[in-house]
Amino acid sequence: MSSLFEIRGLKAAIEGKEILKGFDLTMGAGEVHAIMGPNGTGKSTLASSIMGHPKYEVTEGSIHINGEDVLEMGVDERALAGLFLAMQYPSEITGVTNADFLRSAINARRGEGNEISLIKFVRLMETKMKELEMDPEFMHRYLNEGFSGGEKKRNEILQMMMLEPKLVILDEIDSGLDIDALKIVAAGVNAMRSNDRSFLIITHYQRLLNYIKPDYVHVMMQGRIVKSGGPELAERLEAEGYDWVKEELGIVDETVGQA
Amino acid sequence: MSTPTTSFGREAAAAIARSKNEPAWLIAKREEAGELAAALELPKPEKTPLARWNLNVQGAHRPGKSAASPAELPIAVASQLNAQDTGALIVQHNSSVVFTRLPEELKAQGVVLTSLEEAARTHEDLLRAHLMTAYEPGEHKLSAMHAALWNGGVFLYVPRNVQIEAPVQAILFADDAEATFVPHVLVIAEANSRVSVVENLMTDLGDSSATLLHNGAVEVFAKPGAHVQYAAVHHMDNSAIDVSYRRALLEKDARIEWIVGEMHEGNTLTDTKSILKGNGSSSDAKFISVGTGSQRMSLTTGAVHFGLSTESDMVTRAVMTEAATAIINGVTKIEKGATKANGQQTERVLMLSPKARGDANPILLIDEDDVKAGHAASVGQVNAEQVYYLMSRGISRAEAERLIIYGFLDPVVSEIPLEELREKLQRILERKLG
Repeated sequence: MSSLFEIRGLKAAIEGKEILKGFDLTMGAGEVHAIMGPNGTGKSTLASSIMGHPKYEVTEGSIHINGEDVLEMGVDERALAGLFLAMQYPSEITGVTNADFLRSAINARRGEGNEISLIKFVRLMETKMKELEMDPEFMHRYLNEGFSGGEKKRNEILQMMMLEPKLVILDEIDSGLDIDALKIVAAGVNAMRSNDRSFLIITHYQRLLNYIKPDYVHVMMQGRIVKSGGPELAERLEAEGYDWVKEELGIVDETVGQA
Repeated sequence: MSTPTTSFGREAAAAIARSKNEPAWLIAKREEAGELAAALELPKPEKTPLARWNLNVQGAHRPGKSAASPAELPIAVASQLNAQDTGALIVQHNSSVVFTRLPEELKAQGVVLTSLEEAARTHEDLLRAHLMTAYEPGEHKLSAMHAALWNGGVFLYVPRNVQIEAPVQAILFADDAEATFVPHVLVIAEANSRVSVVENLMTDLGDSSATLLHNGAVEVFAKPGAHVQYAAVHHMDNSAIDVSYRRALLEKDARIEWIVGEMHEGNTLTDTKSILKGNGSSSDAKFISVGTGSQRMSLTTGAVHFGLSTESDMVTRAVMTEAATAIINGVTKIEKGATKANGQQTERVLMLSPKARGDANPILLIDEDDVKAGHAASVGQVNAEQVYYLMSRGISRAEAERLIIYGFLDPVVSEIPLEELREKLQRILERKLG
């Protein structure tokens, strides 16, 4: 059986320090997986390594989407292949409006000669912004510049909704969101759930998973998955914390690559 | 020719003025300036050895041909204009003003737009009280040369309470490298008036090997409560040298906004200073520049705070390519007694080539305690994190860098108040950035 997304034995380092130490994950189409774990266990490194952040060096292992070798692709090619990472700390870019940026991103998918018409684009963006209860003024604001933490997160979800990726990675999308904003973001994600789209949700709180129900929950420690289960695993982690997992597995220090 | 000589002086200045039949008071001023020019040294901008520049160029008096309508202007100028536009416009061609248009309703309100040479005859008192008082002949050799040689020029007078909606456009154009090209723009905005001036400095010098020296100056006098916006795009052939000194003198609650694209292809020395004399006056300066080839640029912005609760903000953003060099200085000076003043400045340089060079020098000189002042400066390459972010949405590296570089310059481009000039600036950027 062919999976949508497959990671095998992934090792990755930043500034010579190995953070991912043999990470394995297989995701089928339409599945929602949550990766949970305390701080410093390699969760964000995983997200950045999948997307191809220039500071992270993959030293071993493989990543495939629909059978295609992701590690052979540039960052832009990964996006065109269907990957999307909602970032924890999105960049602010002066002088590039949200609308110009998203139009460029959409047109990169459509190719030359097939660009989206301005009217169609504006209508699409307005509709999606309304769903996320974003002020229409954000269309013409410079990309993320002066946005609050919550506004940045909503803007990431807006991009996801407009770009319609195959595999969505949400990196700590819940951090910095109040409960109302969290519900809106979760509704945006749920509306995108479909049989041919998968989600990888990275979080260290169970809270988000009350609103986006995962099919599988994985616990990450020391740069790899140490325990997997269903939604009930997340609930137990929320109730009891991570210590029982460490005890069960004989882990003393769950972090990786810390100074 | 590499070092400035002192051959130009009192007699030479007087001779030119007499040949143009100028009034006696102006001839006397020019004589004084000529004398200073022979005695004074060149200015000494940071890390920019002007002695190596070919500044010993006076040129000859070559007036352009007067035009009765825009269609009669040189093609290079006419093509800058929107044929439908009937707004205020003045055009200098080489050594003289060749066209002036001022809508009737502005005339009726007492607005004056003429060549400065003409104003020397018709508005002697105003000129005597203002001309070369904010930018004084005695500052250095180049200011003295300017005072002795200025020609054509723009005189804009906006009476009290008059608000001019559409921008007043000045096109300063040279196509003769041997012409004396020393325009002076003098703006007097009376109390509570409002005006926006758009200056378009350009040349069409062909293959001429002679050096054209544009030794220009702008003086803005904003009286109490007046708001003046001064936008400029400078773009000349690389055989020209751009020397531009700009000064604004602000009285109580007056405001100046500088929006400038320093896009000249050759060596450039510009110095723009707002003097915040009146309480509550404010200055906002936004500059962009793109360096190409092996050009050298010295770009200085300054704000001098005298009045209480005065505010200044200056931002310069430069993109340096190939082997271009830019020295970017920001000077915020807060004088004793200017309490509650707030002076902020930012200089940012983006380097697109290993041979390009950009220096950002923020300078704060503060003689008062109860003030706010701040600066930020950075010199670096296109931010890798930003490129990654854009690429992660499927945008190619080349397109991502293009978006970031144009975005970096957008805060000035988008604020140019005249569509034709904004589009021209876009085209220049596209050509320079490739």
